[in-house]
Amino acid sequence: MEPATRLDNNHELTAQDFPYIIRWRDDRCKRCGRCTAVCPMFAIEPSVVVKRQIKSIGLSPEPKSERSVETVVRQTSDIQKFCTGCATCNLVCPNDAIEPEYNPQHKFLFHKNEGGHPYRRGGRRNDPETSTLDRLKFTRISMLTDPALDAGRHEFRIRTYLGRILPAEELPLIEDNGKLILNKSAGKFVPPVREIYPVMIGSMSVGALSPTMWEGLAMGITYLNEVEKMPVVMCSGEGGIPRRLLKSRFIKYFIPQIASGYFGWDEIVRAIPEMVEDPCAIEIKYGQGAKPGDGGLLMAHKVLKLISEIRGVPQGVDLPSPPTHQTKYSIEEAVAKMIQSMSMAWGFRVPVYPKISGSRTAKSVLNNLVRNPYAAALSIDGEDGGTGAAYNVSMDKMGHPLASNLRECYLDLVKSGKQNEIPLIAAGGVGRKGNLAANSAALFMLGASAISIGKYIMQAAAACLGDEHNRCNVCNIGKCPRGITTQDPKLYRRLDPDKVAERVVEVYKSLDIELKKIFAPMGRSTELPIGMSDALSADDRAVAERLQISYAC
Amino acid sequence: MCRLCAITSNEFFSPLDNILALETMKEGHDGSGMGLILKNLGGEFESLKDFPILSGICSKDGLHKMDVFFNKSGFKLKYTWTPKIKPVKGIESRDYYFARVYDYPDEYKDKSSDEKENLLLKTRLYLRAMGEKDESIIVFSFFPDIITLKEVGDPLQLCEFFGLDNSQLKAKIIFAQGRQNTNYAINLYACHPFFIQGFGSMTNGENTAFVPIREFLISRGFPGYIGYNSDSEVFAHILHYTCKSLGFPLTYYKDVITPLKTSEIEKREDKEAAEFLKISLRPLCIDGPNCVIGFMPDGTCFMVQDAKKLRPGVVGGIKGRVGMMSEECGLESAVSSRDRTKDVFPMKYDMVIVTPGAEEVKIWNQLQGWTTITN
Repeated sequence: MEPATRLDNNHELTAQDFPYIIRWRDDRCKRCGRCTAVCPMFAIEPSVVVKRQIKSIGLSPEPKSERSVETVVRQTSDIQKFCTGCATCNLVCPNDAIEPEYNPQHKFLFHKNEGGHPYRRGGRRNDPETSTLDRLKFTRISMLTDPALDAGRHEFRIRTYLGRILPAEELPLIEDNGKLILNKSAGKFVPPVREIYPVMIGSMSVGALSPTMWEGLAMGITYLNEVEKMPVVMCSGEGGIPRRLLKSRFIKYFIPQIASGYFGWDEIVRAIPEMVEDPCAIEIKYGQGAKPGDGGLLMAHKVLKLISEIRGVPQGVDLPSPPTHQTKYSIEEAVAKMIQSMSMAWGFRVPVYPKISGSRTAKSVLNNLVRNPYAAALSIDGEDGGTGAAYNVSMDKMGHPLASNLRECYLDLVKSGKQNEIPLIAAGGVGRKGNLAANSAALFMLGASAISIGKYIMQAAAACLGDEHNRCNVCNIGKCPRGITTQDPKLYRRLDPDKVAERVVEVYKSLDIELKKIFAPMGRSTELPIGMSDALSADDRAVAERLQISYAC
Repeated sequence: MCRLCAITSNEFFSPLDNILALETMKEGHDGSGMGLILKNLGGEFESLKDFPILSGICSKDGLHKMDVFFNKSGFKLKYTWTPKIKPVKGIESRDYYFARVYDYPDEYKDKSSDEKENLLLKTRLYLRAMGEKDESIIVFSFFPDIITLKEVGDPLQLCEFFGLDNSQLKAKIIFAQGRQNTNYAINLYACHPFFIQGFGSMTNGENTAFVPIREFLISRGFPGYIGYNSDSEVFAHILHYTCKSLGFPLTYYKDVITPLKTSEIEKREDKEAAEFLKISLRPLCIDGPNCVIGFMPDGTCFMVQDAKKLRPGVVGGIKGRVGMMSEECGLESAVSSRDRTKDVFPMKYDMVIVTPGAEEVKIWNQLQGWTTITN
């Protein structure tokens, strides 16, 4: 008979309350201990159990009870040590004896607020449903009335512009003997414009990312530019850029970001006189799709020596960026002062643009930017954008879906005839289901001039384990099992930056082919089909109506 | 594929020449409509060169509404031409086809040509809006020395229907287009050639970049950039926008619709301009397949193609008479006495320009500049 105390478990959670349940197979396990050693959450632990077995050895039945002590692997019922489903245990197990299984009935969010601390995590919105972008199809196919192009044979120009584009009426040109020449005496300011690959790597900071991951991405895009001649650019995220890179000629492939904490900008500003090339652009972060209206946060355990040096802060302290730029009290201030002072820092040779989170107020921001001749673009980060650390409630419930937000902004620009003057950069959840090329192409056709990706490249280039079932998502605590979002050398040494760079190149080369496979049958090749909304259909009437595209079923 | 036939000459000729050339290019059903634009008019119009001609079709009701409007507007009717309609099986006749010559309102007599042109455009758009809903008034052009005729049907039958074979209607530049059979929803406003303030064009092929171009043109805020019942109308409006609104030389039309690669632009003498246009007019870039034939207010005509899909458009002729056709056989019909070896098939970088009176045929190449001049 079991002792009475065994029944007094009311303070404990059952396995069914957890989002992932560990399936461990006694018969396969050789008790090597690798799984328990590697688990970032300590969700599994070696344990001993007493087993009572009935055995009968002789010819006639003579059942005997035997007790033995055995080692097992057990899932804890401590909510702080919940299994995130990362499956690193499975990765290291030599015998396939262990794996986590998703539990759709879990009650995790009812309990993950111990100590009065709401659940915080990394990753992005936990919604495994099909996104709007994945409900769009390309239905305008060229066939007999206009022949399709050949994706493999024809020349395609998959490029876009980053920077404020002057309307043709304002170009400083004069006619001279049948030719248009530059009218230098007009004294007209022509804003800088960069020709870039239309899918860029979005802002992920040194700090949020491990040194190996950031280095891998940086090497990847440099290779793409230098060898493959694909002008892919990458935004630094808030937190500065390594000094050696700032002073190298490769800085032209990077977009330093300035955000409300201004982390790393001491170093950047000091490096300006020694910079041999201008950066591609400057991004001013006003908002982030994953946590709109919320500031950035790099938690203390990620602020190690390298990070403290780049950011110019002491080690081991939390680095919160405020929700807003504290020195600015209005949008006019923000636009006028921030954009112009950043432009001025590089002699007006570098495009400067703001990034905001998707919001119903995005159009107001855009209207303001349109009237500022120095605003180079607007980046809109939709609700499916990722982050290294945020409150779960912000990630899951705050923000605006990207598709309609972007479309509305584009159509607003069309109304005022400025659709080619201020490029819209779409970000947040692009390629969430792996369809990077299709999602990007759909966004171009809805009006985006460029796309920014973050989570996708972490998943594709470094096998980030996170997904929309809240798998892994421990980027915030610096325990990334892949070594992508950690500053712990034991973890980030798992990640080979060369391999990351190789994968970045592979991803972009295959993306390029897939984009051609989309554009070619639609007969487009010379320019990016920005705003070619007649090519798109949605499988849902309400979506089609909202995006002002056709409905097809 | 739509059939296109443009002839430019230093002598007056009949539109029958164009229609016969269209006929030689006919393949299969071609009854979706025909459009004709005549410029530099002869006959009775020769002495009325400075007065605007309103071309269109209206119902009896529409005619009444139009007369009431013109009585109030100050325009004075000077001359009316109407075709002698001959009933032809399969062509549904409308009430009243006309080309009416008006004198400007008194207060406009001394105004600049720009002001006069804007008045004409505004008037045409007003009339169009007035009759668009019930199709009581359809107006194609309102401009000096220009007549436009359009109707649904086979071009040869339409020629008979309008009595063009026996008409005195003649001009020195005539553009004709026969619409192909994929255009099933027939709207006369979708019928080429298109005309706006002295600029005209017709195109074959499908314009895959139509929607962004249309949005860009509409959003320029210029009142004439409306319609777009056909995806080819944008070519006429891009021409007007490039050469009139922006005031750029004609050769830049090619750079606008088919911009060069950056590496190619580097080699251009005017590289700054070419790069600026490529960036600032990015939404006007086409991908074809399109063969565009157009004319300018001064009577210069041209042919350009998209940069990839290239249709068999051809330009050829003799000094004083040059044809621009969608296919070679049309040219055989229009200018049979020419030296065929001098026929020009414009390629991806080329713009073939025929000077007024068909004096010269010049090829402007985006990379090389002027390459060939033939007389």
